[in-house]
Parts: sequence; C-alpha cells; structure tokens
Amino acid sequence: METESNTGAISVIEFLDAVKNSGKTKRWQLDPFTTPESIFRALLYGSAFCMVLLLAGILLTLIIESFPAIKAFGLKFLFSKTWDPVTEEFGALPFLIGTLITSFLALAISIPFSLSLSLYLGEYAAEDFLSSLLRSAVELLAGVPSVIYGFWGLFILVPVVRFIEIKLGVTPYGVGMLTSSLILAIMIIPYSASLGREVIRLVPIELKEAAYSLGATRFEVIRRVILPYVVSGITAGNILALGRAIGETMAVTMVIGNSNFIPRSIFAPANTMASVIANEFTEATGTLYLSSLVEIGLLLFVVTMVINILGKQIIKKMSVQV
Amino acid sequence: MRKALFYVSVAIALLSCAAAAPSHAASVELLGAGATFPYPLYSKMFDTYYQAYKVKINYQAIGSGGGIQQLISKTVDFGGTDAFMNEKEMKKAEVPILHIPTCLGAVVVTYNLPDKPKLKFTPDVIADIFLGKITRWDDPRIAAVNPEVKLPGLSIVVVHRSDGSGTTYIFSDYLTKVSKDWAFKVGADKSLNWPVGLGAKGNPGVAGLINQTPGAIGYVELIYTLQNNMPAGIIKNKAGNFIEPNIKSTSAAANIDMPDDTRVSLTDTAAADGYPISGFTWLILYKEQNYSSDRSKERAEELVKLLWWMLHEGQQIAEPMQYAPIPSSAVTRGEQILRSVVYNGAPLLTK
Repeated sequence: METESNTGAISVIEFLDAVKNSGKTKRWQLDPFTTPESIFRALLYGSAFCMVLLLAGILLTLIIESFPAIKAFGLKFLFSKTWDPVTEEFGALPFLIGTLITSFLALAISIPFSLSLSLYLGEYAAEDFLSSLLRSAVELLAGVPSVIYGFWGLFILVPVVRFIEIKLGVTPYGVGMLTSSLILAIMIIPYSASLGREVIRLVPIELKEAAYSLGATRFEVIRRVILPYVVSGITAGNILALGRAIGETMAVTMVIGNSNFIPRSIFAPANTMASVIANEFTEATGTLYLSSLVEIGLLLFVVTMVINILGKQIIKKMSVQV
Repeated sequence: MRKALFYVSVAIALLSCAAAAPSHAASVELLGAGATFPYPLYSKMFDTYYQAYKVKINYQAIGSGGGIQQLISKTVDFGGTDAFMNEKEMKKAEVPILHIPTCLGAVVVTYNLPDKPKLKFTPDVIADIFLGKITRWDDPRIAAVNPEVKLPGLSIVVVHRSDGSGTTYIFSDYLTKVSKDWAFKVGADKSLNWPVGLGAKGNPGVAGLINQTPGAIGYVELIYTLQNNMPAGIIKNKAGNFIEPNIKSTSAAANIDMPDDTRVSLTDTAAADGYPISGFTWLILYKEQNYSSDRSKERAEELVKLLWWMLHEGQQIAEPMQYAPIPSSAVTRGEQILRSVVYNGAPLLTK
C-alpha cells in the first residue's frame, strides 16, 4: 500500500488496512496523507481555516457593500443623529446608543439572577429530580425562539411596564428601552446561568473540603473559594450573553418602540442597530440607503468584535493562578 | 332507463372535460415578485386562473422595491408594486415598462379611545397629530369637527410602521399633499424620519400597539380594520365631503382623469365620493416582451392573457376578499396598455 499512496487519496480498505497495520509498521514511514492521524489533522486544520475564511469573507462583503455610504458620510455616519430615508441623510448614532444601552442594561439586570441560578445549580442543589427539572427548564428557556419572547413581551410585559410608568408619572408608552432590556435579560439568563453552573462544578473538591475543614461556613466557601476560582469563567459566560443581547433582533424590535431618536430616559422608545436593519432592509431602494443599512451591519460586527476582545482581556486579568 | 341515464351523464362529463381542457401547452410557469399588500388576492386569482387555464403562476411577496429590482434584472415575467416607478427608476430600466392596475388599497386612521367613538378628521388635523403639534385628544381642533363626541383628556400616542412599507408611502404621500409643513419637514417615502411616535412592525404590530395603548392613533391598511373590527376615522376629502373608508369609497377614489399610463397617485383624490387615502397597486411588465434571447413568444402571450384576465374576470374575486376592485375607467386604461405590449414589435393582443 505504500506504493500507491502518492495519489493523496485512499480508499476505505486502505484506510482500514492502515488502521490494522498502524501497530506493526512505523508510522513515520508512511506518506503524510495516509495515516488516519494525519488525515484527521488535515480535516481539523481545514475546517478551522474555513471558519477564519468565512469571517474574513463576511467582513469583506460588509465593507464592499457599505462603501458608497462610507464614501458619502465618512466618520459623520457615527455621530449624526439624523436617519432620513426621504432626503437620504443617514447617521447611526441613535442606533449605536440604543444597542449599547439596552444590552448593557440587560446584562446588569441579568447578572444577579444568572449568578444565583448557577450557584444554586452548581453548588447547592443535590442531584435530584427537582434540580434536573430546574436545569432542563433553564436549557429550554435558551431554546425558545425570540419571536415568542417578543410576543410575550408585547402582550404581558408591555402592559406591566406601562402600569409602572403611570405610577411613576412618566409618559406611559409601555414599549421602550426598559422593556426591551427586561426581555433581553430574560433571554440571556439561561446562557450565562448554564455556563456559570458548568464552571462552578469544575471547582476542585479538595479546595472546598480544605476550606470546610478549616471551619468555613458554606457562604464563606462560596465567597472566598468558589467565586474567586470561577470569576473568569462567569465573566466569559456573561460576555457570550452580552453578545447575544447586542445582536438580538426580533424580540427587541417588537418592544423597543422603534423611534430613531437618541433616548432621553430608560423609559423612552429607541431603536437598535439590529432592529433598524430588520425593519428597513426589505423595502429599501436606492444605493445610498441600502449601503447605509449595510454599514450599520458592519458597525454591529465591529462593536461585537471590540466587546469580545475587551472581554478576553478582562478574563485574562481576572484569572486566578491556582 | 337507468343505463341510458348513465351513458348520457358520462357523455356530458366527457364533453365538459373536453371543453375545459386547455388548448395550449401547459408547460409555461410564469414568475412574478413584488408587493406584499395584494398577495392574498393574487394567490386567490392565480389559483383560480390555474384551475381554469392550467397555467401556473409563482408570485413571491418580497416587497415592492424587490419586485421592481427583479423586473429590472429580468429574473421575473412581471413585478408587483404599490408605488408606481418614478422617472429615475424608469430610466434605470432603459426600456419602457408598463403599469397595469390590479386593485386598490386604502390606508385607515385608527385609534384607541374609550367607547370607540366614530371620529371625523380634517386633513390638517391628521397632519398636525402626526407632526406632534396636536398632542391631546381634547384639543379644540379635534373637537371642532366632532361636536357630538365627548373627547377624553388623554395624551395622543402616535404609532407608525417601523418597517419600510407601501402603507407608509400612501399615508405620507397623502400628508405631503395636504400639509405644506409635512411636505417640508417629513415628505413621502416607504420609511420616514418620523417627528414623533412609536414604531411597530407590520400592520399587526401597529394594530396591536394601538389596541394596548389608551389614546393611541395610527394607520393601517383598510383590509386590516375590516377584519379586526377596529374604529376607522372618517376623513374630509378634497371636495369637502367626510368619507368613511370602505371598499366602495376606495374604488370611487379612482374615478378621476387618469394619465394614459395609469401612473398616478390617488391620494387626496378629486373624486367627490372617493376616500382620500387610497392608491392603486400595479403589476409591471416590459412593453417589448422579447427582451432576452431565451424568451419565447408563448411565454409573453401567456403573460398578457393572464393580465387581461386579471383586469376582467379576476376583478370579481377582489370584493369578497375585501380588496377594492378597480373602476371601469381604469379597466379601459389597462386594456389600452395591454394592447400596446409587443413581441418583436408586433402586438400580442389582437382581440
């Protein structure tokens, strides 16, 4: 079989032969493309390379397609408050602000809940029926389509928020940034909670037992042993959740009020980058209009990338050396 | 006796089958794409047409803008659009494109007020509400035209479409005609830079938000208020009559002096009994049907036949489905336009 192997491709029989003989023959005598190991490795490298290629391709397409808008508006696109399809004047500032505020607010709302959920599931709950039920419920929440969250938000959450707004004496729109942050928070809790649970379960039992043997209470073990150990993992989970909040489209569109102004309060209606694309892309005509929408997509891409890179740095700083 | 009856009925069945059998090849499948508003009507029309003539029509409701683009890139036999192609778009196509009106749509001002009163609106009041100048329901200008209604002291919450839409186009086209202020500050398009209000996606989104928000006002397609039993504002038209939006008053809006190519905006119609926020929806096609090397004459003939049918028999399907049929004057115009469709310079319709 060594003689035929120069073609680079092998049949199933040759493959099985190679597996059978791999113990007998010295591996290094074989052609690099015939051992199962090297084929598998080539496959892995290939798929990984394809992912990078895909990412570069998306970025390149976004840049090319948004070129007319970049040429027409330049940096003004980032700072202009006007989004006027009639006069073809486009600025992304209201959407940028809307996206950042709603997703960070959602993250802030979600952290206490996701942290306590992951602590309970990872540390407190015994492996019984109740905890597995709770775990599946959390996982199920992550799988609910976002349009369902949107409908629920529109018909249940919006009236509740409107009631609160009436009590507070602000304009009772019901929809707006607070409502969408609440919806987003509910949507991202399952992500950070299940990741948090996984890392909490990975805390070495020896560390915990050592703390207990020194007389630490359960709360003290959580605060002084578990939390410092898992803080980087929890942060990673929250950054993943934040990424989802930034890109979420359907549910946000349904409850944010879609008004292209810079919001003055958290009760005010606003708009996000993802929802303006979803709303206006289908009926957009005219090169400048279309390419401005693509440029918002590019901006969304860059914002997600920046947050991911910053997140990685934070995780690096936070990691404890055990 | 019984046997004879059986033979007779078999004979009749065979005969009627033979009569209904299509005389032409059934291999042609026409492609169309465009406006979403008339899609339910078109589906029904095309289905009926298929039953009768065995010609399949595949229509993708991708939006008016997409319909125009697909026609220009010659990937479909016909496009559908709620807003007629402007000069710039016509120029982009390089060769003449024809518009055939198929039905009418109307945009209705709807609101959420206690006891669902029937309200009258004048054009300037609507414009100022949507400009954010009138902010309360008990504003004297609303009260002036509705003396018999006790208006609540509620704030007005404006709800508009957040997605680009032909509905927004017709509504803003109307406001541009009736209000100088609106024309200057906002203008007409499928998406706008709204001075006030909340945006919601699609007719259901707007209707849902209005139904939930006390004091809300917004605009949806007529068909949507008819199906959902929502209040509809009665609007003063150009002739000074207060017109309730319904299928009849929408069709009546097209009773005007029309340009030969039917590319006309019907908003703020001069028709005395026409509802002022109405508009045609069109199918668009090339005047010269031999526009690409692989386009057969048979295909072009089938297309013209279909459009002719939609102008005549097809119109009877409109009203039961709560679409406004086009008036006879528009049918005549449509016939003239269809007669001008040619293949290699020779007219396709000879009757």
